[in-house]
Amino acid sequence: MIRPALPRWLAVPAGLAAVFLAVPLIAMFGRVDWLHLPTLLASPAAVDALWLSLRTCTASTVLCLVLGLPLAMVLARARGKWATAGRILASLPMVLPPVVAGLALLVALGRRAWLGRHLSAFGIDLAFTTAAVVVAQTFVAMPYLVVSVEGALRSAQQHYEVVAATLGASPTTVLRRVTLPLAAPAIASGAALAFARALGEFGATLTFAGSLQGTTQTLPLEIYLARESDTDTAIALSVVLLIIAAGLIAVTSVFSRVRGATS
Amino acid sequence: MIRTVVAVTALALLGACTPAASPSTTPSTELVVFAASSLSDTYTSLGKTFEASHPGVTVKFSFDGSSALVDQLKQGAPADVFASADRPNMTKATTGNLMSGTPSLYATNTLTIIVPKGNPVGITGLDSSLDGKKLVLCADGVPCGSATTKLAKLLGVTLRPVSEETKVTDVRAKVESGQADAGVVYVTDAKASGSKVDTIAIKNADQVKNEYLLGVVATSMNADLASQFVALVTGSEGQKALSAAGFALP
Repeated sequence: MIRPALPRWLAVPAGLAAVFLAVPLIAMFGRVDWLHLPTLLASPAAVDALWLSLRTCTASTVLCLVLGLPLAMVLARARGKWATAGRILASLPMVLPPVVAGLALLVALGRRAWLGRHLSAFGIDLAFTTAAVVVAQTFVAMPYLVVSVEGALRSAQQHYEVVAATLGASPTTVLRRVTLPLAAPAIASGAALAFARALGEFGATLTFAGSLQGTTQTLPLEIYLARESDTDTAIALSVVLLIIAAGLIAVTSVFSRVRGATS
Repeated sequence: MIRTVVAVTALALLGACTPAASPSTTPSTELVVFAASSLSDTYTSLGKTFEASHPGVTVKFSFDGSSALVDQLKQGAPADVFASADRPNMTKATTGNLMSGTPSLYATNTLTIIVPKGNPVGITGLDSSLDGKKLVLCADGVPCGSATTKLAKLLGVTLRPVSEETKVTDVRAKVESGQADAGVVYVTDAKASGSKVDTIAIKNADQVKNEYLLGVVATSMNADLASQFVALVTGSEGQKALSAAGFALP
């Protein structure tokens, strides 16, 4: 099907928008001290922060998949006001200012909080641990996975599932052999988005987990700290973060194209 | 999928919009004061005093970390007065020709330990009672962190914090909420936390002083008014307010 052409004047605001988004990012590349970049990035604090970020983001993305995927599947099938409430709840952390997310986690899971006290009784003390970073990242990143997978599942055609069921496949078999493979591109792009969001997580980590090199000081926290005393390191690390994030977004767009081609 | 991505992006943008300093209508004269975060309570009340004695003048504050404020001044941010929480940042401003005249030293601040109300884990000072406890400090590189490092070296103690915060107020928040067992902050912060925390004095704390300096910004369009504000802070009324907040006078 050939779509009618867009009006030509649309190119002006569209171009402005592209420039608006691109200029600050390009300017940052201009400010990088390329000569000393390897030295700046090789500092122990920078290496620790990068390594910690990659580990915690991997862990939180796995948690998002394990917990968020079932939630997305349930929400995609659910109808009625409880389903609407569930959908709102599942996307709420996405619109919360990060510091609010951190405060919410603190009030729920802090050492003085009800749930936090009960966890302490079992010997689980989250305060100032790497686990607290993973909790904060999972809290803010999971909605991205849930929303994108749920949207894909809801708009997907159901006839393959129906056929599989009439041929005698059990619900688990239908899920494993039909639903999940069909949703795989959406799951992959949702996971990449969640990883990217976890990588950028700052406010909730700072509020809830603290900041210590090698334990809780992720890449964004290290950038924030470096900015106080050493702008060059802050900009070098920012560029690293930017490149990783760009790679992740590229992954999501590749997968959404795969999905577009198969459906 | 595209619709999902658009929705996701829109929501993300909404989430990223934290309230920023909002521009407001310009009255007859506006005096813009860039001041370190630790000064916010004292300066806010001094600003009201200044407005009362100068009809038609509105004092606007921008409170942030001293180094962030210097960065903003370097980028040409319009300010009339700059008040730093330490000497190194003021030196950065003067060597960058951002200030007019010599900034005046008008207050000092020292460090203290704060613990949650009742001192549940029995901290006795900057000593071995902190070993294995959840101690939160300012990061080395921010003024309160550099002062903490200096003081620990002076006392010959090795500190093992569970978190190193970029802002002293974050240290306060973690002790007030009971997340941390102890934190090292300025005396003025301990005072501002009030009854939420107990204060434990550090031996020889007065040997590491943070110096507060302020002066008129070189590009100020209201230099006269700016020096009157400086005079208010360094004068008897300002000094009274500062010592009430816990600052020591030089």
